[in-house]
Amino acid sequence: MGPHLPFVGTMVENLRTAGGVFLLLLETIRSLFGRWPRRRVLVDQFFLIGVRSMPVILTTGLFTGMVLAVQSFNQFRRVNITSMVGAVVGVSMVKELGPVLTGLMLAGRVGAAITAEVGTMTVTEQVDALRSLATNPVRWLVLPRVLACVLLTPFLTLMADLIGIAGGTFICVNVLNVEWAFHYANLLDWLTVWDISVGCAKSSCFGLLIALVASYKGFNTEPGAAGVGKAATEAVVTSCILILVSDFFLSVLFAAIRPEWAE
Amino acid sequence: MLEIRNLHKRLGGKHVLRGVNLVVNKGEALVVIGGSGCGKSVLLKHILGLMRPDEGQILIDGQDIAHVPERQMNTIRRRFGMLFQGGALFDSMTVAENVSFSMDEHERVPATARAALVSKTLATVGLKGVENVFPADLSGGMKKRVALARALATDPEFLLYDEPTTGLDPIMSDVINELIVKMKQSLGVTSIIVTHDMTSARKIGDHWAMIHEGAIRIHGTPDEVFASEDEVVRRFIRGQASPEQLHEVWGDAARAADGPPAG
Ligand SMILES: Nc1ncnc2c1ncn2[C@@H]1O[C@H](COP(=O)(O)OP(=O)(O)OP(=O)(O)O)[C@@H](O)[C@H]1O
Ligand SMILES: [Mg+2]
Repeated sequence: MGPHLPFVGTMVENLRTAGGVFLLLLETIRSLFGRWPRRRVLVDQFFLIGVRSMPVILTTGLFTGMVLAVQSFNQFRRVNITSMVGAVVGVSMVKELGPVLTGLMLAGRVGAAITAEVGTMTVTEQVDALRSLATNPVRWLVLPRVLACVLLTPFLTLMADLIGIAGGTFICVNVLNVEWAFHYANLLDWLTVWDISVGCAKSSCFGLLIALVASYKGFNTEPGAAGVGKAATEAVVTSCILILVSDFFLSVLFAAIRPEWAE
Repeated sequence: MLEIRNLHKRLGGKHVLRGVNLVVNKGEALVVIGGSGCGKSVLLKHILGLMRPDEGQILIDGQDIAHVPERQMNTIRRRFGMLFQGGALFDSMTVAENVSFSMDEHERVPATARAALVSKTLATVGLKGVENVFPADLSGGMKKRVALARALATDPEFLLYDEPTTGLDPIMSDVINELIVKMKQSLGVTSIIVTHDMTSARKIGDHWAMIHEGAIRIHGTPDEVFASEDEVVRRFIRGQASPEQLHEVWGDAARAADGPPAG
């Protein structure tokens, strides 16, 4: 009995989190139809989440594209189709690595920051103060962050895709001496608008997950500085896992609804 | 009129409030006293619906708000102002934005009128020229006064003060006491003041109530409370430790001031 208890405890905790995040989603959707947050609050969040995340996302995208080119080149050289390397890099970036890596990096950067901020506001009674001033904390705190995450992750993902492909192309053409014309033709041939859009749609879902999980963990922070740290860690771990799991299901879903024109 | 009937609340496995009954008439100032951790702040949070009771009723002008949904609660909360024990200032906003928060949220006030109102409210709590300072750069006592200004700025019918003079110097404490009396006399505000400061309690309270072991131990005019024969009440208002508490500090060694050591 004893050794099983922590596991059961974790299960219960996870179910509670899932339920809490779902309720927060409903409340956020509801607050969409009320009065919107002040413009300055929105602009602040868009800047923090979008602009400030760019360096990290661009670096990640660039090096992922380059390493992908190097690794696939070594495989493809054996069968003499090195002109396909660019296409492989492009498709992998656009379909999986762009959205997922952007999601994971944002979970670390933005998710932790949201939890720390909302958590500090919870333990210092600022959230209670908001409510005492007849203001819904979900509208005031969660909605701007959710909007910024949902609307900006696709753009960040596109940037990661683009710079990853550029990095891959640089390695292929300038370092590994792949013929530019073939590389370019294959890349264009294999990239589809559908795949790029699906990648962006998935990343929007990841953005939603990050903002909701981080806010939920923030609102449920235990008192004290240690509580805030613990909540931030939990938020990052939980949203990373959720990103990877939901990526699988979203990919299956989008594959199933893939229209004919996208073939 | 504000009435609390048989209020029970358990928090973290502890039965904090165990049947609190209390009536505050319109225009009255009630001072709530009681030992640290006895549930005074928790009681105030119930009145604003920031915490919900496990059992019991909270009647505001006859309406039971114990189970009013959060959204409708906001209409009721606009009639209240609350000074939180730790100030609970929004640290992402300047002092002026903190004070004008409710105005900005719920009314349309032109910028010049708003600035004038903010300065005037800050002046009433003895602050000048701090409009554009962030709360992190204020001293503890200044934070408390800004928080008080934020509560006053909403023109409330009910004011809940959680330790308004704690951490202030004696002169400033007296200014705040006068302010509380003025709010009551000139605007007819109904107030509940949680305090440990007996001088302040003397000055501002029409009635006193003492919480002990989760219930109201005594409720009456200051003179009635002072005349009480109840040992618990007498000790509290005179600030005397009980023999058991003295024993915990001194152990078996008799205290010098109590007379010559035994033997
Ligand atoms: N959110 C909470 N979760 C768990 N326990 C809580 C919570 N808020 C308060 N408590 C507990 O309730 C009890 C009463 O707390 P409260 O803050 O009301 O005390 P207080 O009378 O205001 O004390 P003080 O004079 O020190 O401010 C304490 O034991 C506290 O630990
Ligand atoms: Mg308290």
